[in-house]
Amino acid sequence: MRMQGLKRHLFEIGLILGMVVLFTTLLLSLVGASPLEAFSHLFAGSLGSWAKFSRVLNVWIPLTLCSIGLLYAFRTGLWNIGVEGQVVMGAIGATAVLRLGLEASHPLFYLLAALLMGMAFAALWALFAGWLKVRGGVHEIFAGLGLNFVAMGFVLWVIFGPWKRDGIASMSGTQPFPLELWFPSLPGWRVSPFALGLTLAIILLTAWVLYRSRIGLNLDAVGRNPRAVRLFGLSPSRYMLLAIMVSGALAGLAGGLQVTGIYHRLIPSISSGYGYLGLLVVMLANFRLAPVPFIALFFAALNVGSIQLPMMMQLDSSLAGVIQGACVLSALLVFGLRTLRKRGPSDE
Amino acid sequence: MSDFSLVILFASVLATAAPLIIAALGETITEKAGVINLSLDGSLLLAAMIGFMVSYETGSLIMGFAAAALTGALVAIVVGIFGIYLGLLQVAVGFALTLMCKDLAYFLGNPYSRLQGPQMLSVKIPLLSDIPFLGPVLFQQPLMVYLALLLIAAVWWYLFRTERGLELRAVGENPEAAYTRGIDPRRKQLLYTAIGGALIGIAGAAYSLGIKPGWGRPQGIEGLGWIALAIVIFGGWHPLKVALGAYLFAFLQVIGITLQGVWPSVPAQVFQVAPFPLMIFALVMINLLQRESVQGWVSAHPLLQTLIRQLQCSPPRALGKSYRPD
Amino acid sequence: MQVEFQQIHKQFGPVQALCGIDMRVESGTIHGLVGENGAGKSTLMKILTGYLTKTGGRILLDGVEVDCSDPQTAAAQGIGMLYQEPQDFPSLNVLDNFIVGRDSVAGLDRTAQRQRLGKLAERVHFSLHLSAVLEKLTIGERQQLEFLRLLGRDARVLILDEPTTGISDQQKALLFQALRQIRDEWRTIILVSHKLEEVEALCDRVTILRHGLVTGEAEAPFKVAELLSMMFDKPPSIERTEHDYQPGEEILRFSGVSANGERVGLSDCNVTINRGDIVGLAGLSGSGQGVFLRLAAGLLHARVGDLIFSGAALNRLGHREFREKGGVFLPSDRLHEGLIPGFTLRDHFALASGLSSAAAQQAAEQAIQRFHIRGTPETLAESLSGGNQQRLQLALIQANAQLVLLESPTRGLDVESGQKIWRYLRETFSGRGAIVFSSAELDEILAVANRVLVFFDGRVVRDLRADELDYEHIASAMTGK
Repeated sequence: MRMQGLKRHLFEIGLILGMVVLFTTLLLSLVGASPLEAFSHLFAGSLGSWAKFSRVLNVWIPLTLCSIGLLYAFRTGLWNIGVEGQVVMGAIGATAVLRLGLEASHPLFYLLAALLMGMAFAALWALFAGWLKVRGGVHEIFAGLGLNFVAMGFVLWVIFGPWKRDGIASMSGTQPFPLELWFPSLPGWRVSPFALGLTLAIILLTAWVLYRSRIGLNLDAVGRNPRAVRLFGLSPSRYMLLAIMVSGALAGLAGGLQVTGIYHRLIPSISSGYGYLGLLVVMLANFRLAPVPFIALFFAALNVGSIQLPMMMQLDSSLAGVIQGACVLSALLVFGLRTLRKRGPSDE
Repeated sequence: MSDFSLVILFASVLATAAPLIIAALGETITEKAGVINLSLDGSLLLAAMIGFMVSYETGSLIMGFAAAALTGALVAIVVGIFGIYLGLLQVAVGFALTLMCKDLAYFLGNPYSRLQGPQMLSVKIPLLSDIPFLGPVLFQQPLMVYLALLLIAAVWWYLFRTERGLELRAVGENPEAAYTRGIDPRRKQLLYTAIGGALIGIAGAAYSLGIKPGWGRPQGIEGLGWIALAIVIFGGWHPLKVALGAYLFAFLQVIGITLQGVWPSVPAQVFQVAPFPLMIFALVMINLLQRESVQGWVSAHPLLQTLIRQLQCSPPRALGKSYRPD
Repeated sequence: MQVEFQQIHKQFGPVQALCGIDMRVESGTIHGLVGENGAGKSTLMKILTGYLTKTGGRILLDGVEVDCSDPQTAAAQGIGMLYQEPQDFPSLNVLDNFIVGRDSVAGLDRTAQRQRLGKLAERVHFSLHLSAVLEKLTIGERQQLEFLRLLGRDARVLILDEPTTGISDQQKALLFQALRQIRDEWRTIILVSHKLEEVEALCDRVTILRHGLVTGEAEAPFKVAELLSMMFDKPPSIERTEHDYQPGEEILRFSGVSANGERVGLSDCNVTINRGDIVGLAGLSGSGQGVFLRLAAGLLHARVGDLIFSGAALNRLGHREFREKGGVFLPSDRLHEGLIPGFTLRDHFALASGLSSAAAQQAAEQAIQRFHIRGTPETLAESLSGGNQQRLQLALIQANAQLVLLESPTRGLDVESGQKIWRYLRETFSGRGAIVFSSAELDEILAVANRVLVFFDGRVVRDLRADELDYEHIASAMTGK
């Protein structure tokens, strides 16, 4: 029984990968590029050296955090499409604290406080979307999208307005922070061990919360049958709000780390689209935690590996996104056919 | 403000809004039939690229528009088949497609970046364009401005004045009941998803062959698909109100550029997001107004009641839920 | 048009819903189709309209076999049905609802259609406000519109499925008048109902179904007792367990409660439940029992009136407080309303009592033993059989419960399991509190309850004590007699 399940699983993964490789190969042939060459560049560009791999990890960290946050929201059946904006709000919150710490003597304190503030900002931002859903009856996808645009406007305003760079405000962002306010990274590595450790810890903590703790059980129950949950004396809307806040907090942490560990300033595109990409990661993981870190790593490797495609092959780096999208669509197709087959041909 | 700049203002509002209206009306048709096509933002971009590419290669604007329409329709059909027939979440499929189409557009369009291609020019309508003020605003515009205006009327006419339009709305409202009356809801939904997609495709080409001519990364229309989607909701799934929403948005966008002269420190993007809090607020209001307690209070104020009746709208009841015959 | 069914079979998965129905309906008659819920009446009619496909058998119209495989073909044969759940479009206006459909006659010429609708309405003395949006209309008005639509489409066979549920007396009178009128135009009308009162008033002939079989036919004038005996299983020789009724202190009180829900809602309900009560809610399904139970459980709120539970007003309290004060509600739709699909037995215990995983495992094991649940702590709720799902629900009841509300507690269970469940319930709860349950099986109610409330059309029409319980009396009260 278990063996069979495993076999079917492997078969499905193989099927998905097969479809993606086929699609990508066709696409590359269409533009007259050598598929083999492209694949080898993608590989070498991401996993070819430690330096490159550390760059992959720098993408992996925020992407994983966003994806894990999404898992919490999905547990209760909510589509937190607002992660993108929540990352931005987290970055703004973190920047606000760091600006206070510019001349301070305890930079580490401000760094940590910045992360916490980022989480709080983003959690509140997410809570607003959740509140609109639970109390205002506005679908979370629409509320989330709207709030993403508002967050975008907000970050532009602070960059061009109150926090503008000395001299002239520009899309390149705020004045970079001094070195003391950077999360240190190991020599030769570009990735902050603190951020890496924190992300790993959050993965483990989430595994415990979602699969072992009482709160996780309750969240799961809310997502599966909100009506029945009321009969167990629980309030579905409270758990939805909790879940979307956690979701936002993790997105905010990702935003905070982008400011403190990667860009060292606030830039308009601080979220780098990780919020949206996280949704793809979670869908491909079929809303389960275990595959998320690996899929996120794969996606991060694609993102980093594709950076050199324009230089080496005159191809656009967006090939990464095409492959990621193809993965998700193939997976959806496979899942869809599986449930369709299970249900049998239109029995009444 | 002088007379001349008012002319420019109104003329550019009409022009800016045109593709947005075409896309939003396409999505309106789709959603009215009960399908939510979230791939809008990506397929707009992909269609813009394909439209430019094809008309660059063939030298024909018509071919470009046709290819773009086909692109939009094909993407929409994927949403339709996955969502309607395979029973997958329409939102999930649409979302994955929106990201993928965007990247596909950049990837395939790379060789066509920053090339000078064919471009739609303004059409001066003889005689009418000589009317002072109205002439330059209304009758010296690119073709899609007229197309958009026509489309508003056409979609409204189709939805509310034809039998097929009535069927369309019926399917989006209650596919099961439609089935009992001899309508095949799934076929209808697929059809209108494809038609909506084709309009979205045309809107994409309207950008790359007109409003923002050429192709490049970024194209400058990223995010407009989401905006069109929001406008559909803001407009309460009614073509006239949707068009109004698009004009309002375009107005804020255009005036943002003007206002930048007044407050040079504030970027135009800030003005562009202004409609969103407004949209969210409107959605909350719409929902609150449907509560009994509020309705009781409102009914005491006739003026308020008329106003609210205009605001009130609800999404097509079967929106996003795939119908499955038993 | 004459309609004839020959050996109609219908299977839903493993369930045989119709087991060879033979029935003939003559032109120019109103033919009643009666039977309990689940007897197969609606299924048979939905097969005639092409909404469902039959598993076997033939349908003949005027002696010619016809294909009714989808609604469009059936409609083309002149078959039209007024569904129990209105199949219309609430956000469209009356006129558009009249027009929409492939079976419509005159297209979208609104002026012409308006006139047609007006004429039709006039013919049967209905009055409808044509530009009103449908959702503002009452169920009765929506039904009138649908009726007119079918009439206008020239349906020669008209099926009405429980048409009087949730409509006013006046609307009912109008409908009956219209039905008689069109019968005299030589159309065929099939009236699906379980209200004998209506059948008596309208029908020329009836066919009685029970458990997917024809159990009898009758011509007007009908003998009610005979119909009842064909509709329900034989009045069983019940060994009554509760004979005396000695009410204790008050636990729950409904005073002047009206509420919406389940189409008929609940109107002006005044009932007091006392300690020691085992109250059976009798009535054809959807007559207000579900609303009653959900109001008592704090899951629905009353429109008017007061509910007092354990001395506190329940109107402002939710289900959470109801539970905290010792109330329990077990819905009949176990998997959709009571349990969590995808959760194991152990998960349910953890969820219900906040136990740790290990303790929940133990609780689940104990419950499996004690309640004879066929499964392990790792079994998923949806893979349990209906009976085992019910046992799980019972096992999840907190130990201090004082008021136990059960909706069809033994539905889908065999007799022995049902008896075991009742033994458990009585032993555990009747001493310290009250049990209120609804059931579609009159035998069960008579066997278990020491008090019976009979529901009809959203009202409590009888409140009977142990010594007044009588099968025939309750059965006829249930059908509105």
